[in-house]
This record gives sequence, structure tokens and C-alpha cells, in this order.
Amino acid sequence: MSDRASATVLFTVNGRPQSMTSHPLRRLLDVLREDLRLTGTKEGCGEGECGACAVLFDGEVVNSCLVPILQAQDVTIITIEGLVQNEKAKLLQEAFVQCGGAQCGICTPGMVVASWNLLERNPLPTDDDLRSALSGNLCRCTGYTRIFEAIKIASGKLEQAAAK
Amino acid sequence: MTQRLMGSSLPRTEGHSKVTGQARYVDDISFPEMLYGVTVRSPIARGRISKIEFDPAIPWNEFTIVNASDIPGRNRIVLIADDQPCLAQGLVNHAEEPVLLLAHRDKQLVEEARRAVTLDIAPLPAVFDIDDAIAEKQIIWGTDNIFKTFLVEKGDVDSAWAGAYAIVEGEYHTGAQEQLYIEPQGMIAQYDPETGITVLGSMQCPYYVHKALMPLLNLPPEKVRVIQTETGGAFGGKEEYPSVIACHAALLAKKACKPVKIIYDRGEDMAATTKRHPSRTRHRTAVDRDGKLLAMDIEFTVDGGAYTTLSTVVLSRGTIHAGGPYACPNVRIRSKAVATNHPPHGAFRGFGAPQSIFALECHMDRVARQINMPPDEFRRRNFVHEGETLAVSQVVREPVNLEQLMNRALELSEYRLKRERFARENETSIIKRGIGFASFMHGAGFTGSGERSMGSIVAVEGTKEGMVRVLASSTEMGQGTNTIFPQIAAEALGIGVDAVEIVTPDTSVVPNSGPTVASRTCMIVGKLVESACLQLREALIQSGLLQPDYSPEDFKRACSEYVERRGMLKCQSQYSTPPGIYWDDDKYQGDAYATYAWAVYVAEVSIDSRTWETRVEDFVAVQEVGRVINPILAMGQIEGGVAQGIGFALYEDVAWREGRMVNNQMTNYIMPTSADLPPIRVYFEEIPYEYGPGGAKGIGELPIDGPAPAIVNAIENAIGVPVGRIPATPEVLMQAMEGARV
Amino acid sequence: MRSYLPRYEMRAPMDLGEALDLMQAEPGEWKPFAGGTDLMVLLEQGKLEHRRFLSIAHLTDLQRIEVTDAHVTIGALTTYSNLQRDSVLQSEFSLLWKAASETGSIANQNRGTLGGNIANASPAADSPPALLVYDAELELICRQGARWIPYARFHTGYKQMDIAPNEIISRIRLPRSSKQWRQYYRKVGTRRAQAISKVCFAGTAEIAEGKIRDIRIALGSVAPTVVRCVKTEALLLNSTGSSRIKDAQEELASEMSPVDDFRSNAKYRNRVAQNLLAEFLLQL
Repeated sequence: MSDRASATVLFTVNGRPQSMTSHPLRRLLDVLREDLRLTGTKEGCGEGECGACAVLFDGEVVNSCLVPILQAQDVTIITIEGLVQNEKAKLLQEAFVQCGGAQCGICTPGMVVASWNLLERNPLPTDDDLRSALSGNLCRCTGYTRIFEAIKIASGKLEQAAAK
Repeated sequence: MTQRLMGSSLPRTEGHSKVTGQARYVDDISFPEMLYGVTVRSPIARGRISKIEFDPAIPWNEFTIVNASDIPGRNRIVLIADDQPCLAQGLVNHAEEPVLLLAHRDKQLVEEARRAVTLDIAPLPAVFDIDDAIAEKQIIWGTDNIFKTFLVEKGDVDSAWAGAYAIVEGEYHTGAQEQLYIEPQGMIAQYDPETGITVLGSMQCPYYVHKALMPLLNLPPEKVRVIQTETGGAFGGKEEYPSVIACHAALLAKKACKPVKIIYDRGEDMAATTKRHPSRTRHRTAVDRDGKLLAMDIEFTVDGGAYTTLSTVVLSRGTIHAGGPYACPNVRIRSKAVATNHPPHGAFRGFGAPQSIFALECHMDRVARQINMPPDEFRRRNFVHEGETLAVSQVVREPVNLEQLMNRALELSEYRLKRERFARENETSIIKRGIGFASFMHGAGFTGSGERSMGSIVAVEGTKEGMVRVLASSTEMGQGTNTIFPQIAAEALGIGVDAVEIVTPDTSVVPNSGPTVASRTCMIVGKLVESACLQLREALIQSGLLQPDYSPEDFKRACSEYVERRGMLKCQSQYSTPPGIYWDDDKYQGDAYATYAWAVYVAEVSIDSRTWETRVEDFVAVQEVGRVINPILAMGQIEGGVAQGIGFALYEDVAWREGRMVNNQMTNYIMPTSADLPPIRVYFEEIPYEYGPGGAKGIGELPIDGPAPAIVNAIENAIGVPVGRIPATPEVLMQAMEGARV
Repeated sequence: MRSYLPRYEMRAPMDLGEALDLMQAEPGEWKPFAGGTDLMVLLEQGKLEHRRFLSIAHLTDLQRIEVTDAHVTIGALTTYSNLQRDSVLQSEFSLLWKAASETGSIANQNRGTLGGNIANASPAADSPPALLVYDAELELICRQGARWIPYARFHTGYKQMDIAPNEIISRIRLPRSSKQWRQYYRKVGTRRAQAISKVCFAGTAEIAEGKIRDIRIALGSVAPTVVRCVKTEALLLNSTGSSRIKDAQEELASEMSPVDDFRSNAKYRNRVAQNLLAEFLLQL
């Protein structure tokens, strides 16, 4: 690749510093899945509509299919694989399993990332809060009912844990 | 048999791997030296290929290029009629029809190359309309553009009109619906001259793919191996279509002698793959003074697209369900599947039934209105009972109490109270409210003799470690196969679920248990799992290694010892038809399905009279399903199916232009988000079905049959004008209300 | 069918100055690339025509929201999420605040910017009608200097803008008012969330002694650009609003030119816009 079509970008993924030389417009999603072999983040639509590619980007949920890698410079990224290492996020993941919040599972990583981010900002979300916070994560299998239940149960468990 | 596991909400077996991002879908898998494959497609709906041009700017010598002449065997996707080419040769019959395949190591370059191929196609006149197809404006398929017809006759319809108190007619339309699984379609193929072809990918039916690959590649069964990867949603969209991609990937892999991965991008997936068959149904119904049905004359037509695919079977199911759960003495159903130059339509949850049930249930409300009878009273007077016959003359040989289901649903939804209240409030309110319901049934398993012809097999095997492996070709696609099979097996064997392993559906390892479709996986295949396990248990007891009152540890030891001593412990169970099932394929009469699940769904809607936007405010789903094996999974099926049904009713519209889908983006094809759906309230009743595992019937498709008619009935209740078509978008409602004013 | 990346280029200038230098040196060569929520979609679909981009999302100079007595000035690179976090916008410019909350999903609000949205010039965008009724002004800067223009004059035709190849939108300025304005915003889309609008209506009115003293009406998705309905506004001045609904609706119809497309049709857009006008006037 010529000089002009390549950039070296420094960022952190799941706590580990990365140095990536790539075409600047290469999608963050592809860098994560192909170069870093973090295949937990999924592609569902490539147009920022389904949320299956959601990751945490300096603490905010973004659709990684719409982020050019050049703009990840100095950014702290957390993917679903990183959430697993977080004891509190694990409560959310367990709730998803217990409540039937995952059926085919393809939307699940993005859904868990978005739900986790919601709980970080709003520890006791109402149903309306859930509806609007997760409207960017499409699920074709569940009708969302069990996903909401999982988040509410996790939120309860996190509140209990915090109270102790 | 004690029921310690059946009926309990065991957590999803692969749940942990899904919520941690560890589950591996086809695009998560790579092989060394793997190439990326893409499909070059026809831009127009019908024509003759005159020239294919390759832009010299691309280094074509680096590419693997496959056309129809590279096919060693038959250029056909083998399914039912074998009329669909794998790659178009000469003629193209639909937009997006595959013509050429390209593969290259560079994922980016292969897309650029796709753009650099120009297909010169001389257009031929195309047919896009059901009536144009029937009128034979152009013959685009066979001799008359008709894939299939059915005629169902019960009693004597024509004699009933004269004595009728009222005769009501109606015409109903449903549009195409995209399955929209969130994981796009994809396959990886590998070829070895010694061992043959191996294909892995997202699919519902490994043996369908296996069957399609053999004649295409001229390979015997043992040289074709198909393995299902974790599948991110399917809903029928991955029943027959995967054979097309598998064949494409295999051709490229064979020519390149390298592994080839094909993953469709979303726009391509939406435009090129199958959708639900659009339908048109015409009803003519006679009732007597007491509101009892005297005759139903039904004309049911579906648009099959350019090739047969599964249209004959979709038509079959739609036809059989067209008369609904009513005892009507005289019925005639004339149905047709016609060819048009759209990309072939195919399987989608419900498979013809949502279309004909939509028409019927909207029409039943219309008849009730015409004779000034409340819709629920009208149903009550006509519901079928045990001993009475359905439209295809099937004698209902199971207890069924639709009145009770309906009463429960109406009570839970406050139907009567709300109907009265809304009638008052709508006079002055800007937001019009309505409530409506649909009563329906869904036959589980394959129609008629289908299950017997298939002869599905399940095997179970004991291991040296004392585990039990279940070998079946049924796939997990989110519905819970890999959770309920261990539940059923463990229950039958008296062991824990963690002692049961479900083997990945791999055609070189598992027997053919039939496709994962038709709401048959729990009821039919699950029963085979149960019976194979009972055989295995019996084998152990007979051997003397296991006493009848054993513990799970005893079982483990006995199994292990048996395998040590005898080398193998394997039992197989094959489908046999329950007694008393008889179906006449010529007359299309008799026991169409071994059993039905029965349901009544109620929808409450609000319509903003300024914008005609409809919102579903509440939804109640009551169904009798034999036995609920796993409540959370079962509720998940109903909730998800209802959500898809709401999409079908209100939002999901395929915009066609010259036979091509132009809104093929998730931004423009509208499925419900979490903000669009109400809480979906699910209730089960259980009347155990003798031949299902633990008494279970099938439920996968049932929930998508009810929502659309319930919602449209609710809308018609709210706005007081007939709608009769879905999706009932705001534009459609505006048109309906404006039209009514004139 | 994704684009072929080697045909494209993107650089991240160190600061705004460097960006302007590059755009000056090679006018038309470089296009600014903000949050990417529009451009990355085009890239993915093989429809991104321009080739060389300057990534400006990181330029903090253009991310500030400044409040003075007279104005609220929003940096063009302010994201929709950050717009919603500003309390002055929420209390005094609630229509813009509401538009921001309805623009796509939270994930896209975290990346999409107001300036990027304006530059994308979709007639269906959610914020422009609000900007029009607030008499927003845009600051366009280039190496040589800066100029302010009324936002109402920025869009000159479908995807046509009064912006030179060497200019970047840097700030959006909203005049504050001490008066009590009634505010109304309604976006009618294909679904409740993540929807492209079929009709978007923004209206503000100042009422005194039961009469309309001042009124602003803007519509999205009913013309090649977002429109400020000045004739309808003139008709409604000094009336009670609800007394002139029918006339105002007719006038509104003459200021729109909605089309049929796969999302909706002209007749629906027309009727709904008129109905929203009535809803607005009845609330006054």
C-alpha cells in the first residue's frame, strides 16, 4: 500500500494497546474481526442500522461498521470479549442466559454491549428507558421481551451488589 | 416416566458462548489460503445474455472465474422441480439471477472486480403481476406460468348459495416479506480431489444442501460433506436458499483448489434471496340466519417468483389452512402458485398459512359485521369440535376447545370492555383505538404422507466416558433445538442434561432426520430422540449391566462398561406414522396433519388520525400446544413470532421496481425496533398429544399466523372501514379512509 | 457492494489550520469527514463518489457549545449526544433538542454531528427544520477568513449548498430570545425509532393577547430542500391561528412539493403536513 493509503493508528482494545497499520478508511469492525481476531463483534447490515457491531468507544456505544480506523486514534475500545472480563458485566450476561435473552445469538454481543452501557449510565432503567436505549439494536428472534427482562434482573442484582 | 426435566426452563445449552461472543458463525471462521467469492448477477428481470465484458483494468488472471460451463454435473439446484439453474446460461428470468462467480484472495479487490463485469442482456418482456401471469401475457415458465394448482372440495358449495341468509365476498392481499435474519447468508467450501467437497455454513437443512451438491458436482454421497455452523437466525430463509450459495462456493473451491468463502452483504441478501410468497385470496361465504357457515368458496393464489423452489408446498400448506378452525359443511378451495419474473419466493415461517389465515380471519370479521353479530359470537357458532371435520375433510380426533381459548384471550385482553369503550371514545378522540382477534390453528410436521416419505432417523450413541451423544440433522437456529433435545434425552434416560451431548449436524456423522422446518423439530424429531433413547436404555438393561431402578451414576458406569466390552452402543429410531392417519393426495382430503396447535390472538391498536400511524398497544397470545417442554424457550418462540407478525402486518413492505427490490437496506426495509413493540403476553394451555415427546405439539410457526389478522381486525374496528391488505401502512389506511368518504 | 478502498484516501490534519491549508492548496480535492455516519454508509454501498477526505472528527475547536446573552453557538462537530446534554439547548431550543433525540440510534447519535448532517444536505434530515425556525446562522471558514450566512439561504437546491470547495462549516449560531415561544416539533417516520422521516414539522409561535405576533414554520421531507414556509407564516400573522386553519393549510400545500418514493407518497406527505399544521395551531 502506498504511503497515502496507509496509516498507523494507536488505540486500546480490551485493555491492551494496539498499533495498527491499515488503510485509514478500513472499518473498525474489520480491524477487530480480521486483524485482531476478535470475532465476537458481528456484522449484520454494514449501514449502522442493526447494532450487531456495537462496541464501547471511549465509553460510548458506537456502531463499529461506521468508524474508520483512522478515527480510533487514542481511543479506548471495549468489545464483548472485554466485557466478559468485567465481573459486573458478567451478571448481565448471566441474566441474558437465564431469561432467554439470546436465541440465535447474532445480535447478542451488540445487545449486551448496548445494555451494559445503559446500565452504567442508568442503573435502574424503566421499560421506556429500555425501549429507547435499545432501539438501535435489532433482534429478529426474541421480540425484545426477554432481553428487557434480563436487563431488569441484572440491574436488580447490580443494585444489590452495590448496596453491600 | 417422571417428569423432572420436561416443563422446566433449562437454560440454553449454548447460551454462554452466545452472550460472551464466543459462538462461531460462518463469517467468524477462516482457513489458510482462503479466497473470497462473489456473485455477478443479472440487473434486469428477464432477457437473453448476449455478451459478458471484463474491464481490462482488473488483473483477471489472478481470479478464479466460474460460469455455467464449469459445472461438472447438472446446472440445477435440485429441490422439487429442478427448474432453477445454478448459474444462468443464455436466459435470465429474474433480477439478481446469478450468472458468474468470482474468487480472489483480496476481499476488497473481488468486489471491485464484480463491478468490473458488464452483463449485456437483451431485455425480454417480463411479467410481474399475478393476473398477467394467469392471463399468459407472456409465457415465462412451463406452458402456462402455473407451478401448481390444488382443488379441495367438501360437500357441495354451489348448492348452498340459494338458501343462504347472507352471502359475503372479500378480497385480501399480503405482500412479500423478507426473513431478515440478522446474520447474512454465507458458506465456506473446500475441495479435495480425494475426499471431495466439504461445505460449512449458515443453514437449516444440511441434507438439502447435500442433496443439491451431489448432482451439480457429479459426486457420490460419501464425497460430499455438509456441516452446519452456528446460525444467526433463519426463519425459513435458510431452508432452501443455502443450497444455491453452497453450490456456488463449491464450484469456486473446486476450480481454485482453495477454500472459498461467500458471505452476502445485506443489500445483496435482501435483493437476491427468497421472501414470503405474496398472496391474493378471494372469499365468498354463505351463512344462515343463525350465523352458521353454510359454504366457503375460496380462491387462493400465491406469486412464486421465477422458479418453483418450494412454491408447491407453500401452496399446499396455505390451501389446507385456508378454511381455518371452522366446521363448515360445504367448502371449495381453488389454489394456484404462479410464476412471475421476481426472484423466486420461498420458505418463511408459516409457509403459506399466514397468508391464507390472514384472509380468512379478516373475512370472518367482515361476515360477522355484515350480519350484525359480534365477531366472537360468530366464531363460537362455527368453531370445529372433536369429531367434526375441517375444510379438507379431516376429522378432528383430538380434544379441542376453541371457545375456551377464545374466552380466555378475550378476558385477558378486556376485549368486550374495550370494544365498548373505544366505540364511545373514538367519536371524539383524535387517537382512534380498536381491538380485534384471530382464531386459528397450525398443523405441525409435514403434510399428509410427507413425514412417512421422509422416514426421518435419529441415532443415539453411548460413549466410553458414559455420555450419550444425540445424532440428528436438526439444526439450532435460535429456537432451542440444542436445549430441548438434551432435555428430552435426559428425561427418557433418567440422567442429567450435562451427560447428553448434541452432535453438530454434519452429514458425514448424523443421519437424515429431515429438515428443520414445518414446526416438526420438537414434535417429530424430538419424539425420535425420545424413542431412540428408550431403546438405548432398554439395551443397557437387557445386557444386565443396568438395573431398572438405576441412578445417573449407575447409568454412566453401565454405558461406559457396555462400550468397553462391546465396542459400540448405538440405537436408531425411524419415523413411523401414528395409527389412523390417512391422506388422499389426489383429492387433497383427509388427515392433512397428525395434530394441530390451536390459538386465539388479540391485538389492541391505536391509530393517530392525523398521520394514520398505527401502534400495537397490547397483544395477548393464547395457545394450546400439547405440552410445553421448556417454558422460556416456548415463550421466546411465541414472542418472536408475534413480533415478526406485527412487522408483517404494519411495517414490512418490499418496494419493487421492474421486478427488483429497491428498498434493500435495513434503513429502508422496516422491521420493528424495541420502541415499536408492546409487551407481548403469552399464555399456554396443554392437552398432551400422544405422539409428541412428553405430549408436545409443534409451535415454531403458529405465532406468526395470528398477529396480522388480529391487527387488521383491530384497525378496522378502530376506523370503521375495510382495509383488507398488509402491510397496513399509514398510506394504505389513509387511502382506505379517503376512499370510504367518497 | 463495498467500495474499493485503495481508491480512497483520508488524512487527519493536526488542527483546523492544517485542514484549511490543505483545502486552500487543493480546492475541491479534499472533503471534510466528520463522524462518518453518512459517508461510511455510502462507502459500504460503493456509492461514495469523492475520493480524498480530511478526518476532522477530533478537532475540539469545533466541538464547543458557547452561550452568551445573545446567542448559543454550537460547534459544527458537536455530536447529537452532546447536543442533548446541553441544558440551555434543552430549555430554550427544545425543538433542536428533540430533533437530536430522534436522529437515529444512540450509537449513531454518539458519532453523528450537526455540521456533518447539514453538509450531507438530505431534505429528510431531522435538525434542519428546527434550525430554520430558530433563524440559525452558519459560519463558513476558509484559510482567508470566515463568513456568516443565514441557514435559510444555505441550501440552494437538492444537495446544492452555498459553500465553496475550500470552506468548512465551523459553527451554528442560534439567536436567543427573551420572549415566550410556543414550540412544536413532530417527525413522522416509518417507525418509532431509527426512522427516516416522511414528514418533519417544526413550528414556533409567539402569542400575545390571543393573537399570533410572530410565527415560524419549517418542513422537512416535502421538497428538494428543507423549507421555511414564509407565505403560511404571513397568512397566520395576527390571527388566532385556529381561526385560519383551512386557509393556512392551503397555503402550506402551495409551499411544498412532496414526491412519491418507496418510503411514502406525495399525497400522504401533503395531507400529513397539513394535519400537523392544524395540530400545531390548535395547541396555540
